Amino acid sequence: MSAIEVEGLVRKFGDFTAVDGVTFTVHEDEIFGFLGPNGAGKTTTINMLCTLLRPTAGRARVNGFDISAQPADVRRSIGMIFQDPSLDEQLTAWENLSFHAMLYDLSREDFNRRAAELLEMVELTDKAKELVRKYSGGMKRRLEIARGLLHHPRVLFLDEPTIGLDPQTRRHIWDYLRRLRDEKAVTMFMTTHYMDEAENCDRIAIIDHGEIVALDTPERLKALVGGDIITVRTSDNALAGEKLRQQHGIEPRLGPEGQLIIEIEDGDQFIPRLIATFSDGARPVEVHSVNLRRPTLEDVFIKLTGRTIREGEADGKDRMRMRGRMFGRMRR
Amino acid sequence: METLRRDLKGFYTIWMRDVLRFSRDRSRIVASLGQPLLFLFIFGGGLSPAISNLAGGRLDFTQFMFPGILAMAVLFTSIFSAVSIVWDREFGFLKEVLVAPVSRVAVALGKVAGGSTVAMFQGILMLIFAPMLGIKLSLDQIVALIGLMLLLAGVMTSLGILIAARQRTMEGFHMIMNFILMPMFFLSGAFFPLNGVPLWMEWLARINPVTYGVDSLRQVALRASIPAMFLEMLSLYPIVTDVLLMAAFGLVFIVPAVWLFSRQD
Repeated sequence: MSAIEVEGLVRKFGDFTAVDGVTFTVHEDEIFGFLGPNGAGKTTTINMLCTLLRPTAGRARVNGFDISAQPADVRRSIGMIFQDPSLDEQLTAWENLSFHAMLYDLSREDFNRRAAELLEMVELTDKAKELVRKYSGGMKRRLEIARGLLHHPRVLFLDEPTIGLDPQTRRHIWDYLRRLRDEKAVTMFMTTHYMDEAENCDRIAIIDHGEIVALDTPERLKALVGGDIITVRTSDNALAGEKLRQQHGIEPRLGPEGQLIIEIEDGDQFIPRLIATFSDGARPVEVHSVNLRRPTLEDVFIKLTGRTIREGEADGKDRMRMRGRMFGRMRR
Repeated sequence: METLRRDLKGFYTIWMRDVLRFSRDRSRIVASLGQPLLFLFIFGGGLSPAISNLAGGRLDFTQFMFPGILAMAVLFTSIFSAVSIVWDREFGFLKEVLVAPVSRVAVALGKVAGGSTVAMFQGILMLIFAPMLGIKLSLDQIVALIGLMLLLAGVMTSLGILIAARQRTMEGFHMIMNFILMPMFFLSGAFFPLNGVPLWMEWLARINPVTYGVDSLRQVALRASIPAMFLEMLSLYPIVTDVLLMAAFGLVFIVPAVWLFSRQD
């Protein structure tokens, strides 16, 4: 059985189509990533799968339960880690876990054993009796991960689990998640707009404007971009492009920052020929910089959508979120 | 049966959380005493010499105001804790509650119960001012006051949930304060007797549930302080009528509040 099966899922908000017919399957015990810019429909998809939002059309099963017909069964079998903090900061870590256990109807013994074990895993055993208000951002996230796993869910949903954390803490969180998959056999469905983090997933769906534009392992996705990536900054992109077309039969792309992007096998050997081509002839092109690298998921995204993943405009909720963070700081 | 048991447990969890948070937040409890003090001793104390003919000169203005201050504590605490669900749902613990296998009806009712209990506690705290104002309260008066405050708290928390149920941002919050909360408080008879006010004001007061809260609280709180005849002159309805009217308001608020809150998006 697959952990999640989604078929033609659609969600509209008035005239706006946030999720436009996505279809995919998540296997058991894999880390499945949903990669896309803000507003691509990632959170909306998660909210439908965890039965917070009703789909406009389409079907989905989580752990074999239909999200529309059996929402209570879906809820019991999943764990959820939200993009925004959802801990009660006035309570201690242990109390937060205890309330969770009550909501999920765990027995006292089961709760005590499981909570101790999970706090140990996220290294918060010593801090269990402290108010969450005193926790750092990374500690709160770790506690949320522990809480999400408390009731033995078979699928864990993580919505931007590392957003707003510093790079070191982000790496730390990823160590936990990988250990979790290896030791506890939990399927993870996560969204992210960090390209480097998406590399940690077993498989990735790239989503843009509510549609899945590609779905595969990170390696195979990167193979969509032929060979190496050479980016060149020149004095005259049009002329440079023409020379490449005529002399090498290469069709370069124009990057979002005005650089030429060339996909080519054995890029290191091509660079000398590239320079020669540009300086050659009656109208030489001046080269400002040349960069050679292996393709990243960012390149895949640019190739598929023509855009970079970057922050969209702040909506009402983002503004509220900002205010919340400021407020949180002031209180501390 | 199994579902009902789970929902009751969920209801209890949500109620318990509000009560635990309240008991934990000492600074909020102390701060919440500030505003009533201001009203009672500065506003009330200042106006007291000018208003000396209440109940034939037998009642000080601050004593007259006291039940209104009880209602105020209950009113503000109820509405605040109910409206806090807007924030809590997007950036707080309520989000986690909403994906748990507990029905939304249980969540909404748990929130009404939690908010009401906390508001009632806040009102009970205000009772410490009674002796300072020369209002003597017997045990059965205190019990009756607590019961009335709990009822008023239930009505106002339900109204708060009704307002907040479909709201997604805090942007409309000031409007709620200015156009609902303050008028409700001023039109409740907390500061002046409603007997003999202009007709339009009387009608507004009559459709205001807080009016019946203040009316009944005043009758109980001042029962031992002034003769029954004078108390009757300052009151609108018998206590039983006040209670029934409040219960009716409560029902009118809580049913759509729970329904709106329970609807899946």
